[in-house]
Amino acid sequence: MGQTISEKILSKHVGKKVYAGELVITPVDGVMATDTTGPLTLKAFKAMGGTKVFDPKKCALIIDHAAPSPNERIANLHKMMRDFAKEQEMRLFEIGEGICHQVMVEHQYVKPGHIFIGADSHTPTYGALNAFACGVGSTDLAATMMTGKIWLKVPQTIKINCSGKLQDGVTAKDLILFLVGKVTVSGATYQTIEFCGEAFESLSLASRMTIANMSSEMGAKTGIVHPKGLELDYDYEAITPDADAKYIRTFDFDVSGLEPQISAPESPDNVHNISSYEGTKINYAFIGTCCNGRLEDLDIAAAILKGRKIHPDVRMVIAPASQSVLLDAISNGTMSTLIEAGASLITSGCGPCVGTHQGVPADGEVVISAANRNFRGRMGNPKSNIYLGAPSTVAASALEGYIVNPKKYLL
Amino acid sequence: MGDTITQIKAKAHVYGDHIDTDRIIPGKYTKTLDLSSLAAHVLEDLDPNFNKIVQQGDILVAGVNFGCGSSREQAPLALKQAGVSVVIAKDFARIFFRNAINIGLPVLEIADHSIEKGAQLEVDLKEGTVTDLDANITYKATKLPAIMIDILSEGGLVNYLTKHGNYSL
Ligand code: SF4
Repeated sequence: MGQTISEKILSKHVGKKVYAGELVITPVDGVMATDTTGPLTLKAFKAMGGTKVFDPKKCALIIDHAAPSPNERIANLHKMMRDFAKEQEMRLFEIGEGICHQVMVEHQYVKPGHIFIGADSHTPTYGALNAFACGVGSTDLAATMMTGKIWLKVPQTIKINCSGKLQDGVTAKDLILFLVGKVTVSGATYQTIEFCGEAFESLSLASRMTIANMSSEMGAKTGIVHPKGLELDYDYEAITPDADAKYIRTFDFDVSGLEPQISAPESPDNVHNISSYEGTKINYAFIGTCCNGRLEDLDIAAAILKGRKIHPDVRMVIAPASQSVLLDAISNGTMSTLIEAGASLITSGCGPCVGTHQGVPADGEVVISAANRNFRGRMGNPKSNIYLGAPSTVAASALEGYIVNPKKYLL
Repeated sequence: MGDTITQIKAKAHVYGDHIDTDRIIPGKYTKTLDLSSLAAHVLEDLDPNFNKIVQQGDILVAGVNFGCGSSREQAPLALKQAGVSVVIAKDFARIFFRNAINIGLPVLEIADHSIEKGAQLEVDLKEGTVTDLDANITYKATKLPAIMIDILSEGGLVNYLTKHGNYSL
């Protein structure tokens, strides 16, 4: 019987053919926790009798959600993580090294065919690499750190097939927002999404990460982009689905006519063509996050803002996804273009995405953001409204002071 | 189920669909190991009164996709700290569901309930049944995978692994 990508990856790990619906206990290739989930993970690890992590080279801690520490309580939690990493001789990624998902990919903690478990809901991002990656909570992660294993139900798979090429000025973010709108926030709960078809084949690794990242916004256990066209700077064995693999549901879209998309408050699946929101006044523009804080995202924003100034009523915050993204954006001139246009640069990390610090919106304010979530209160103030769009849309809107279709700046 | 309580009789607090983890406990409060501090902010962006009216042992009832969004275990922990004894929903987001079981907060999936605000409920965790004493209807919850029943029976994953040292199916 044919297998999907996730059935194949799980089968390889458990040493026998497994199919959707079966419960398995599988070894994992890597685990990570952040400063939101890590402290509780370490507490649970000790409580369950953990003394040594299963393999220090396969475990990582990342300080990214509140980095640098905004208060003494969080500073002490960071210290607890540093102490643990030292004691276990495992790597801790310090403040400014980047967002967990970005550093796990850059530092090759995760590779094609891997099973990776992260204590963060956007762990499916690594599906861009043809890996099976799931988010879990702290206690689950502690157990995996201790045993090197996790129990899972082999998920059913939804296939999303997108034919056609994206128009110029339309990006992977627009594509995934469109798909989240169609599948809805609970449309893929417990399931894997396989993204395949022409529209994905020419995408860069960064764009594939944007796609896989927002699988979480459809409730998926993981989201895997078909490896066709995936270029990496090392050799890998691509895992592709069998022609007779069983899917629980298949979506077919022709995306050649897709327009830039906006997700309006207060759910990521409240998605519409940008024309429905053009003219909405904004106060605050944000580019960053594990969804859209990579070099290509900053570059497209710089292409729009070059030689121009953002609107005087708008403030703009840039959080590069990692130190390496920041360095690249400095050396290719993107960073000075953004700052000259009036943007403010903050430490590589989650920044204002999760409402802890570094740019909480005021009551009644409107944010245009390149992030992945716009739940009420997400950025720290339940009285503000968050619109999600592509980095190009964020940059063009920052320029004009209201939501605007970025196409005219890109053609 | 060992020593854990399996029969609960309490009042229902009923909310709607798609209650995300930011609404259960906003991200700004999650960075702490002082778990009792979570209770003061539970559901505050959904119902600022909740933490004032909730009584020890009360039951939270919701619609579809309860707990969607982040992986923060602080979400079920905040509910547990606030006194919630069991969460019933039409269905759950998967990380929340695992987290709740892992920390020993029982969760029951009942796809088609019509439980109303303030209803008195009687829950039998062993049988997986919920009786709405006001409406006089008994619902049957979806059965948990065996490993989850084992974890819940031990009171959570920490106890389960302390006892067994590893997973088994
Ligand atoms: S950038 Fe935002 S969505 Fe991504 S890991 Fe950080 S807080 Fe989560």
